[in-house]
Amino acid sequence: MKPFAFERPASVMDAAIAAAVPGASIIAGGTNLLDLMKLQVETPSRLIDINRLALDRIEPTPEGGLRIGTLVRNSDIAADIRVRQHYGVLSRALLAGASAQVRNKATTGGNLLQRTRCYYFYDISKPCNKRRPGSGCAAIGGFNRIHAILGTSQSCIATHPSDMAVAMRVLDAVVETIKPDGSKRAIAIAGFHRLPGSTPQVETVLERGETIIAVRLPPPLPGVHIYRKVRDRASFAFALVSVAAVIQMAGGRIQSARLAFGGLAHKPWRVPAAEQTLEGEAPSPAVFQAAADAVLAGAKGFGSNDFKIPLTRRTLHAVMAQATHS
Amino acid sequence: MPVGRRAVLGTGTAAVFIAGVAPGPDAAAGETRGEATVATVTVELHVNGASHRLTLDPRTTLLDALREHLALTGSKKGCDHGQCGACTVLLDGRRINACLTLAVLHDGQPVTTIEGLADGETLHPLQAAFIEHDGFQCGYCTSGQICSAAGMLEESRAGMPSFVTADLAEPQPPLTDDEIRERMSGNICRCAAYPNIVAAIRKAAEIRA
Amino acid sequence: MEMNSPIGTTPLDRARDGIVGKPLDRVDGRLKVTGGAKYAYEVAQAPEALYGYVVQATIGKGRITAIDKTAAEAAPGVVLVLTHENAPEQARNRRAHPVLNSPDIAYYGQPVALVVARSFEEARAGAYLVRVSYEEASGSYTLKGGLGQARVPSAGYSSPESAVGDFAGVFPKAPVKLDVTYTTPLETHAMMEPHATLAVWDGDSLTLHTSNQMLDQGRAAVARTLRMPVGKVRLISRFIGGGFGAKLSVQADAILAAIAARHLHHPVKVALTREQIFNVTTHRSDTIQRLRLGTDETGRILAIGHDAYSGNLRTESQFEAAADQTRTLYAGANRLTRNRLVPLDAPIASAMRAPGEAVGLLALECAMDELAYRLDIDPIELRIRNEPAEDPEKHIPFSSRHLVECYRAGAERFGWNKRQPRPGQVRQDQWLIGIGMAAATRGNVLVPSSASVRMGPDGIAIVKMAMTDIGTGSYTILTQIASELLGVPPDRVRMELGDTAYPEAAGSGGSFGAASSGSALYVACERLRAVFADRAGLDTDKAEFRDGMIVLGGKAVVLASLVGASGIEVRGEIRPGDMSRKYSQQSYGAQFAEVAVDGDTGEVRLRRMLGVFTAGRILNEKTARSQAIGGMVFGVGAALEEAVVLDPRFGAYYVNHNLADYLVPVHADLPHVDAVFLPELDDRTNPLKAKGVGELGICGAGAAVANAIYNACGARIRDFPITLDKVMSALPAQA
Ligand SMILES: Cc1cc2nc3c(=O)[nH]c(=O)nc-3n(C[C@H](O)[C@H](O)[C@H](O)COP(=O)(O)OP(=O)(O)OC[C@H]3O[C@@H](n4cnc5c(N)ncnc54)[C@H](O)[C@@H]3O)c2cc1C
Ligand code: SF4
Ligand code: FES
Ligand code: FES
Repeated sequence: MKPFAFERPASVMDAAIAAAVPGASIIAGGTNLLDLMKLQVETPSRLIDINRLALDRIEPTPEGGLRIGTLVRNSDIAADIRVRQHYGVLSRALLAGASAQVRNKATTGGNLLQRTRCYYFYDISKPCNKRRPGSGCAAIGGFNRIHAILGTSQSCIATHPSDMAVAMRVLDAVVETIKPDGSKRAIAIAGFHRLPGSTPQVETVLERGETIIAVRLPPPLPGVHIYRKVRDRASFAFALVSVAAVIQMAGGRIQSARLAFGGLAHKPWRVPAAEQTLEGEAPSPAVFQAAADAVLAGAKGFGSNDFKIPLTRRTLHAVMAQATHS
Repeated sequence: MPVGRRAVLGTGTAAVFIAGVAPGPDAAAGETRGEATVATVTVELHVNGASHRLTLDPRTTLLDALREHLALTGSKKGCDHGQCGACTVLLDGRRINACLTLAVLHDGQPVTTIEGLADGETLHPLQAAFIEHDGFQCGYCTSGQICSAAGMLEESRAGMPSFVTADLAEPQPPLTDDEIRERMSGNICRCAAYPNIVAAIRKAAEIRA
Repeated sequence: MEMNSPIGTTPLDRARDGIVGKPLDRVDGRLKVTGGAKYAYEVAQAPEALYGYVVQATIGKGRITAIDKTAAEAAPGVVLVLTHENAPEQARNRRAHPVLNSPDIAYYGQPVALVVARSFEEARAGAYLVRVSYEEASGSYTLKGGLGQARVPSAGYSSPESAVGDFAGVFPKAPVKLDVTYTTPLETHAMMEPHATLAVWDGDSLTLHTSNQMLDQGRAAVARTLRMPVGKVRLISRFIGGGFGAKLSVQADAILAAIAARHLHHPVKVALTREQIFNVTTHRSDTIQRLRLGTDETGRILAIGHDAYSGNLRTESQFEAAADQTRTLYAGANRLTRNRLVPLDAPIASAMRAPGEAVGLLALECAMDELAYRLDIDPIELRIRNEPAEDPEKHIPFSSRHLVECYRAGAERFGWNKRQPRPGQVRQDQWLIGIGMAAATRGNVLVPSSASVRMGPDGIAIVKMAMTDIGTGSYTILTQIASELLGVPPDRVRMELGDTAYPEAAGSGGSFGAASSGSALYVACERLRAVFADRAGLDTDKAEFRDGMIVLGGKAVVLASLVGASGIEVRGEIRPGDMSRKYSQQSYGAQFAEVAVDGDTGEVRLRRMLGVFTAGRILNEKTARSQAIGGMVFGVGAALEEAVVLDPRFGAYYVNHNLADYLVPVHADLPHVDAVFLPELDDRTNPLKAKGVGELGICGAGAAVANAIYNACGARIRDFPITLDKVMSALPAQA
């Protein structure tokens, strides 16, 4: 770690102002930031500790949804009985992530903003456009088992590693922020994360100093909630592919289908066309395949991650079969 | 050894404290080798019921504060990146990885380590059960396993679900062996005492139930 | 004592209700569950130690052209930057390597500097400020790419090749032939305690508190490396957080800490980070193994051939002896085994838990399974048909071999009869279920070891030896041996291990630790018994030792009353002898696994596993079972998860060098795993009649899992680990 100054602002507003100073970084749970600071992948000169701000509540919203403060720990969201009963996909996704120890510390905002697990990003002696723009992408042509097959660019093929974000994407959550000038905004999760393009170092639409204060969940979605995480060991491993699904059946047909994917792209991946393919149809392998075709349109493997294409197809099939099984 | 610039850190949330300033190029200039200093912070750590006032480089992880400053070496460093669980301690009763947090973040908060679990000479039921069921070999993951298990049993009692909980809506999921295994998966044991650890946890859970 | 003849009846056999073998709780258990056990980095030291942090090379091969350490030296807290320019010259030897001794970079990640500072954070931050310029050279980094350079290695702990009969002539003509190639990946030991050393100088004497499995060899290696008299070096390792071979030799942490502490006249401690361990220390080489099995129609092996290729740094000679177990496991008149070594510009490959067998059996035992399917013979039956009556290559008897009993007992307990011979027959929801088995074998050795036992007037027996306990339970089983032989309760035995100030001992490696150090202790205790008997005027052979007394007929004398004011101390020593040449010595077992394969994704989940073993006398039922299970889980990891991945564009660069990307089994991976030992005494191995346990569990375990996967879904994956992508591609389309 490089030396840094440590600050503990007294309000959210002060936090945003402090975070806007060049070199400043907010620290929440610290489970991602410190991991990266130890390897000097991140080298903030100021750490802004927001942990003692009153942003740690889950409250009902007037619309019938929930508002989750950014400091609510991942395990507390997962354990909240309202989330368990009405947003099962979110609870399950959170419980699929990391370890209990990490989840007890990890926060809502920190989870959304966690950085990629790309091996080369983690090693500052290796080229990486995300870490050092213009230095090249070592993952292309290298080992890329965990890398993206959708929405990639010539600059970067990293994935966003979060499980929680995938569930939030399927639920159409909204990220609430405050900017250093005091203004607030609500950012739909669909537009929150960016694709790498030619600037993989810019991962979200947040502006300098803009601080997450909460994530809002719309009213609950009826139907079967599933979070399927495919990984290399039974627990405590990142997703190779994950599927967050909320499927509602009516009269033997798929009434509504919402599907978001993790492990495939620089952001949680959701394809409306795939959902439309399913809606109104009776479940069948052919219908599932058509949906998979739509999800995988334009998919491209980079060698060690080629398997993700058939794996996504098969996992989607399995999830749909499970969700539509009467 | 030269003393760094210090600032006292408040525990309230009402004020802004600048706890230290990183030495810019000027700060180091002119000083001879080994004498450049990093601004330090004063932190009050409450560990196992005792309070310790420490002057620390703010970079100090909670784990290093325990091991290197308080000589509480029971908490182990297996990876220093949240990947093994050897450093698991209880913060406000909840298990966390002490390696992935800074001591300064926990000013004033109660921390329990393996050294604080026993009641004098009387071992904590988990500690006794680990011995009885041979829940360890080399012992290096053991403090973490035991602290983690202590936190896990509390979580389970509080009704927290896990990834393998069949029905999330069930307010009090039963603690099956599969549940124990999933919930303990953040603690790697390379000696692979796993079956024995599960047996030990089950035993301790039954004692407390 | 030299082991030149069978030991005959011993006091351990006579004591009906002796403590040896009993599931005694670990005597160091309390220290370990309370956090009181101090590992190397944790030993308190005054003055407080400075912290060293290693800087590694970031090129694959070449040389350092310049090192700029100005920024590092000026950094807060930094007191020393050691590089090849200011490190003392060191001597090469087998169990340690000079560090910072040359500008040459032999492999990626080699240490190029050590930064010492007042705190860990200062040292680490300083390390990032060291600027190294290189001139890169091209190198050979992958086993596959270097196959053309494969050579016959010089003999080490194993001989490179063996040949019996006419393999080349018979194999091609065999009625049933299997010719398959298996590959196993590079693996890291991943013991939980990273390598760590605290170095303290007192004048010209050096004490290293270090995490090392073999202290006496380590001491010699340190002395030679630093050009010091052996007598001036002391190694202390009271507790070791696992080793599995990683800490057999002296690693850079020890040498660097020693050098820095001497330079600074101040204690220095150095721990390698988890990331650094991968390249700075040793690993198990990846292997390419060709198995050729030729049988008659009934499955009797006519010709058996095993070619095994592994790699190592080009200046090293150690090879992964993966072909070795094929020399003794099955019968067959025509045999050929060859270990070949590929010189690489890569970090040093060395022993990892059951070197040779661990990966050799992955290939051999999967090939046997393939053969069983090919012949449509039950895999156990096939193995029984090929059970040799004597060592099939050396033509000497086995010291003891109860492998068939292991198969039978295991089959019975595991429910082998429920196995569906055709793959893919058992389905539960999305899961395809299968079971598989494999044989386990691990060579047994005895190495020289010595011990001292002393009894004072307080009646407490104090045992000393430079033996280590790496989790194996040495403290406990040695306590049991002394307790039983001297007839004192275990809490009257004080076991002092882990210090080269004590009599030289075997150390922990090659599964020889317990038997070798325990035998030395046995001999010492026998001597002490003789002294007691003599002083009590009783017949040694007939007297009993119990409750702190020597007892015979109506006479009972308290031992403590026989030792005089100053106590008695004796030494015991064991050396291998003829027995190891006259008898083929191995531990054996049968491994059984049941797996579930996700029919959609190819994910493999172990459901249950059983190992049934014979390893001579079991010294502690509980700790032996634990070790066996530990080994089995290692095997599960090797079968399903573990692989260090190389990116040769950067040299022998190990991409996934941490525990988030190099996966080892976690709790959730391991449902029901059990290990059982069948009773056995082997009077040709050592006075304890014991054989090695520590590595036996891994042997064959991975193959049983792989064979279960085939039985579950018909996917025969010959490239380990068997990850879901490989399985998935062999699965049928979804319905
Ligand atoms: C070993 C390991 C395994 C893991 N496995 C998984 C897994 O399987 N699945 C998964 O999803 N995740 C996994 N994680 C990642 C984990 O979920 C993240 O580390 C965690 O969610 C980050 O949250 P945090 O609060 O600790 O973030 P921090 O580390 O505190 O912060 C992360 C980033 O977010 C910024 N930030 C935090 N809060 C705010 C805010 N309010 N406003 C603006 N910026 C903010 C910080 O500046 C920083 O850049 C794993 C982590 C580890 C260490
Ligand atoms: S994939 Fe992205 S993060 Fe990884 S090396 Fe390439 S640019 Fe860097
Ligand atoms: S040391 Fe903290 S998780 Fe490994
Ligand atoms: S006891 Fe050795 S790692 Fe768990």
